[in-house]
Amino acid sequence: MKHLLEVKNLKVSFDTYAGEVQAVRGVSFHLDQGETLAIVGESGCGKSVSIQTVMRIVPMPPARIKEGSILYNGEELADKSDAEMEQYRGNEMAMIFQDSMTSLNPTMRVGKQLMEGILKHQKTGRDEARRRVLAMLKEVGIPDPESAFRRYPHTMSGGQRQRVMIAMALCCGPKILFADEPTTALDVTMQAQILDLIGRLQRQYDMGVVLITHDLGVVAKMADRINVMYAGRIVESGTSRQIFYHPSHPYTLGLLGAMPNLIQERKEELYNIPGAPPDLFAPPPGCAFAGRCRYCMGVCRRADAPEFTTEDGHISRCWLLDERGKKYRPEGFGGRTAEKGGSDDE
Amino acid sequence: MSEALLEVRHLKKYFPAGRNALLKAVDDVSFCINKGETLGLVGESGCGKTTVGRTLIRIYEPDGGKILFDGQDISRVNRTQAKELTRRMQMVFQDPYASLNPFYTVGEVIAEGFSIHGMYPNKKERQERICELLEMVGLHRDHAGRFPHEFSGGQRQRVGIARALALDPSFLICDEPISALDVSIQAQVVNMLIRFQEQMNLTYLFIAHDLSMVRHISDKTAVMYCGTMVEYGKTQEVYDHAAHPYTRGLLSAVPVADPDYEASHSRIPMDGEVPSPVNPAPGCRFAGRCHHATDQCRGETPVLKDVGGGHLAACHLL
Amino acid sequence: MSRTVSAAKAAAVTEEIREIEITEADFEPVPESERDTDIIVRPSVSYWKDAFRRITHDRVAMVSLAFIAVIVLLAVFAPLFSRFQYETNDLASSNLPPSAEHWFGTDTLGRDLWARVWVGARISLIVGLFGAIVPQALGIVIGGIAGYFGGWVDMVIMRIIDVGVCIPELIYITLIMLYLGSGPLPLILAFAMVGWMGSARMIRGRIMQFKNREFVLASKSLGGTPFHLIFRSIFPNILGQQVVSLTASIPGAIFMEAYLSFIGLGIQSPLTSWGQLSQVGAGNYRLHPYQLFIPGILISLTILALYLFGNSLRDALDPHLRD
Repeated sequence: MKHLLEVKNLKVSFDTYAGEVQAVRGVSFHLDQGETLAIVGESGCGKSVSIQTVMRIVPMPPARIKEGSILYNGEELADKSDAEMEQYRGNEMAMIFQDSMTSLNPTMRVGKQLMEGILKHQKTGRDEARRRVLAMLKEVGIPDPESAFRRYPHTMSGGQRQRVMIAMALCCGPKILFADEPTTALDVTMQAQILDLIGRLQRQYDMGVVLITHDLGVVAKMADRINVMYAGRIVESGTSRQIFYHPSHPYTLGLLGAMPNLIQERKEELYNIPGAPPDLFAPPPGCAFAGRCRYCMGVCRRADAPEFTTEDGHISRCWLLDERGKKYRPEGFGGRTAEKGGSDDE
Repeated sequence: MSEALLEVRHLKKYFPAGRNALLKAVDDVSFCINKGETLGLVGESGCGKTTVGRTLIRIYEPDGGKILFDGQDISRVNRTQAKELTRRMQMVFQDPYASLNPFYTVGEVIAEGFSIHGMYPNKKERQERICELLEMVGLHRDHAGRFPHEFSGGQRQRVGIARALALDPSFLICDEPISALDVSIQAQVVNMLIRFQEQMNLTYLFIAHDLSMVRHISDKTAVMYCGTMVEYGKTQEVYDHAAHPYTRGLLSAVPVADPDYEASHSRIPMDGEVPSPVNPAPGCRFAGRCHHATDQCRGETPVLKDVGGGHLAACHLL
Repeated sequence: MSRTVSAAKAAAVTEEIREIEITEADFEPVPESERDTDIIVRPSVSYWKDAFRRITHDRVAMVSLAFIAVIVLLAVFAPLFSRFQYETNDLASSNLPPSAEHWFGTDTLGRDLWARVWVGARISLIVGLFGAIVPQALGIVIGGIAGYFGGWVDMVIMRIIDVGVCIPELIYITLIMLYLGSGPLPLILAFAMVGWMGSARMIRGRIMQFKNREFVLASKSLGGTPFHLIFRSIFPNILGQQVVSLTASIPGAIFMEAYLSFIGLGIQSPLTSWGQLSQVGAGNYRLHPYQLFIPGILISLTILALYLFGNSLRDALDPHLRD
């Protein structure tokens, strides 16, 4: 089956004066219509860079696609020119950011900014564009679209601006929405409102959504499938239930254990992942997580693990899943059968 | 019953906000922290929780109310007394990238308090103490000569903790110490704070907007909304039997890392946004977003009421 | 549903793995003591070291610096080793063009211009240096007070400055020079009384910018006095930019001195400076052009070198260039 978006073995490096930073080191994933894929990882793991590369909004140079292919509806995007990418950006795929202030022009009225996008991509008159912008502002829950249309971004609150940014992203009816930490700068009550909004619009327009976040709570709420990234690679990939209930990579295990629980009693101690992620100037020869891993074996420091895939498509890059590493697996690691009521949805 | 280390009564801090306007950042907040315990102070940004912390340690002067520290009234102190106080009360800051002077080495950052208070005049002893503190927070003694920008966020925050502990305080204000850090690093820092609390019998005011982390670390929790305290009590009570509609809405808005829970759980809708604390209207400040609000809520400011066992909430409906 | 884990298809195995042979023994867990989690691989570089490295790699800066060094050395030593005194008249040998005996020739009173040019260089450089440093220092103190204390102190200081900068500099300096008389010290004083306002304003702005940064609040919560906060916490952070504006204001001061001497307000004969030499030279440049061109070219080149060096220094000390 043809996927809406398919990224294969994408490698992106930044050329800095101190040397090459390998920000993305071979990432493959796909996205289908109507589903939400979450990319989870810590800052600097390459999750934003890989998405920005797909959208081609990462500055090149210093960035450079070393290898890999990006297929949108079967069309190769990796070797398109910047000018050719213009007609995909905004029209076919759109992006919302963490900081709404950076993506809205502070000197231009909200309405005009939104109309620009429509007028650029679609053959419509100004009146039609205006009508659609007002409808879109109403759609994203702006109480008084007519007055918001004439306002400047800085006169609005953070939550309102986030809504305007979503309206701007969606006004050309993209097939894919990339959301890069869309709620990180917001308070929880506002976050809940914005997440609900994204979810509702996704169903309404049947979009594919790629959600980039470090917040596993947001992931649990939104995602169908999850990619866990670490140091420029996807270390684990599976459905939301697979990742949350059967984590098969020590890093995922650590992330889940490091989160305190809101609905349960105080646990003894949070799972402690010591140290910090490696410097991608000089990525370690083996598994990038080996230095911080509780279950590190000799092999982990010599060679990076291949992808181990279960029958139901749960992928993990960890040597513990090799037959020879079986006896060192922590209890319930990887091979556990589904016990949490119902089957793992595919 | 252990004895109170810090008692705050009717604390007020107003900032001028233009002509005839006052930003009531902290408006009548009272709480009490026992020795060796942690009070979690939660709320959304702009609710005044950071101002509470900064007023306690005299970055800001309070505009009203009483602060009792170890039995001593510290709400009106002169400069010498305030300086003396900083040896017993310290602060860990939010942003590990901004809170360390980029021109100091890590060793100098930690030793800054020693210079100010004239401690460890002997150079060798001072160096030894710096190394001891570095090792305590899990860093290497060779790191003393390095500059903050060479460290990761988590490592910097540990340096910030070492700086705060350098003066051997008994009370630590942790102002969102983990909100700028990655999840795996947050756990490191929180585990470390809990371990030090047990080892040194420290008392914490833990300011955060991460409700799950506050539940994890706090003995008592206070919830602030727009400069006022809406709920206060034992952590378990506040989380499991939240009395104030705001607390309930806030708790239900937090996404939980459990897809099944998320699928089954429905959120208490809370629309609109936090009102401005500049010249706030009388009445409950949450009334505009509250689904149960009555005319009384809009006209009369609610006071904290005991809903059982020292669990307080400020709501007319109780 | 059972979840049997199997190794991925060969395609998924990355190349580097194929090269390394992996044995059963490789699957032994690594003891905890062998793991080092808090290693820092990059070498340690301080701000000043880093800036030093950058400036020494800048060819323009190094050439300018070498030129300035030569000028300074000549100013210090040339008059000491000259056979002629700068103020000794010798009417018998007046207006001689440059020759083996008088390298830069002589002036209308027969004074040796080689000696006069380098004595003049001393005055010009001293006035330039102190004419830049003294107002900066005053500005740092006053701007520091305004910026840190804020409130009414700031109000008063800033209003004084607002009024002060409205009056053209030249009017002030002329009035001050007329009152104090000529000479290098009155010049420096005049520069100080005018120049502090600009730098005070700049320092105040920088301090305001840093005052609420968390590391300054941290110093405050460690019990730091206002003095400690300004001079120990904030000051190192603005020092780099201050050095840059200092280098930028030296050529300005040299130029100002030359200008004032040229219009007869600055240095007066028999004492000399490049400006004063130019003034005298300008009087008879039709007959003896070297009397104007030698000091004129030296002023221009020195100012150019200082500007170029200042520019490179600004780039080298720019904190944004650091990772």
